[in-house]
Amino acid sequence: MRDGSSRPQPEPSSWTLALRHFLERRLPLAHLLPDRQPYYVGSWVYVFGVVAIAGFIWVIGSGVVLALFGPQWWHQSGVGRFVNSLHLWSVQVFFVFMVLHLWGQYFMAGWRDGRAKTWMVGVVIFAISIVAAFTGFISQQNFDGQWIAVNAKDATNAAGIGSFFNVLNFGQMYGLHIVLLPALVGTLVAAHILLVRMHGVVRPIEPKRTAQPSDEESAS
Amino acid sequence: MTAADPQDKYYAGIRMIRYDLVKELVLALVAVSVLVMGLSVVLSSPDDPAVTIQTWATKAPVDFVTTATSELSGQSGTAQYGPPYNNTADAAQAVGPIEPQTWAGVGIPIDPAQDFVLRPLGFAAVGNPTLTTALATYGAAGADQQQTWLTNYTTALADATVADNQVTVASGDYGPVPDLMTGLLGLARTGALDGLLLNSGNLYQTDFTRPLLFMGDGEYLSGLAADQHLTGDQWGMMNETGQYPGQTWLWLFSFWYQIPPFNTAANTDLLVIILMIALTALLALVPFIPILRDIPRWIPVYRLIWRRYYRDR
Repeated sequence: MRDGSSRPQPEPSSWTLALRHFLERRLPLAHLLPDRQPYYVGSWVYVFGVVAIAGFIWVIGSGVVLALFGPQWWHQSGVGRFVNSLHLWSVQVFFVFMVLHLWGQYFMAGWRDGRAKTWMVGVVIFAISIVAAFTGFISQQNFDGQWIAVNAKDATNAAGIGSFFNVLNFGQMYGLHIVLLPALVGTLVAAHILLVRMHGVVRPIEPKRTAQPSDEESAS
Repeated sequence: MTAADPQDKYYAGIRMIRYDLVKELVLALVAVSVLVMGLSVVLSSPDDPAVTIQTWATKAPVDFVTTATSELSGQSGTAQYGPPYNNTADAAQAVGPIEPQTWAGVGIPIDPAQDFVLRPLGFAAVGNPTLTTALATYGAAGADQQQTWLTNYTTALADATVADNQVTVASGDYGPVPDLMTGLLGLARTGALDGLLLNSGNLYQTDFTRPLLFMGDGEYLSGLAADQHLTGDQWGMMNETGQYPGQTWLWLFSFWYQIPPFNTAANTDLLVIILMIALTALLALVPFIPILRDIPRWIPVYRLIWRRYYRDR
């Protein structure tokens, strides 16, 4: 005779519960905001990524102010010019440290032990950031922006995308620069950080282990 | 973290230390704030004014008229460009069977003679009998006659002089072309041509394709760019006006434009685009490509980065 009352009742299944359980399992708060790290995380190389994020925060903040006052503002106002300068230099900082972070991770073979996705998302962030910066340089409304557009059209036209990514169309480039591309970069940066936290930092290269994602699922 | 936590398993045997990620981010933010504000205060940012058609016609009237004549004769860069502006035969870049420029077709149709010269002159001709007559004469002439006038005028422009804001050439068989060009130059000098080329029929104008293509066909804009080291053969895509850093991250993209076979090819842009797409894909797929993924082991930069770890083992 079966005694159902002594058995734990299974939770009803739902997409919401499945998502909650997945997040609890894959990304507990202790992983998202850890207070301990392996002791080898004591190199300046680990700082490059964080500084790149700090640069990105400045890029977005200064960009929001520039967008708020409109594309003409920084040409006519001293304050606007200063905010534009903040935007320019934070973009430079963002790229410098993103490239340092990328090369640091390359020489650490940071894709090992199930971290290939993290590496690939990082490369995509780099590529899309280049397009985002490119549309920004075109949107400057000065001689540099004007010439870059005239010069760059040959490459986009040769690639067959000139009709729907028209670098001579200020409205299109400005819209892409202030909305779609930053949203995409921001989303991917968030995904990149989540992947880093889900897996934790990679272990140092062991002389007898290969620098390949052969044990892909070991840390997943 | 639980005993079954995969990170616990991964870091088994590794000493863990206190590490404040939030504090690290805040300190990085403070450092970047100081750096960015300091650079902005000390160095500011470049803002060389854009060139308008009005500026071009005022500063370089002979180049303006020469370019406008080439638009009318169908000899300009835009007239000969191919897709996406027109269907000029054999103008599109291709690498073997890869012809994305041709595949995409004419998405932004441009008729330089009509769009850059004749249609704007139609507006200017209202109340201007000389221009009205010149346009009527030009339109009534056959294509061969038009080309004869335009060829003669183009040749004469090589020795043109400028006096009283007018471009003057030696006497010759030019038909109504000098009157057309005088009208267009006057229209450009007032700034009206900037507006006419921008007009799309909608209330707000944001598409600068026509005025920029027209200016790009002349030598004035590219001459200014060359003075600022901005042209393609000067690593221009990664430069900025003045001494400011531009898109320095495009150094590899710009590099290919400086060396053979790229800089001597007729399809340079497509070759560089294909190469850069391939290199970007390689970079993204490094974890799966033997040799590329093994280089970090062969060049032991990692021993410097993790020197404490290797020293303590």
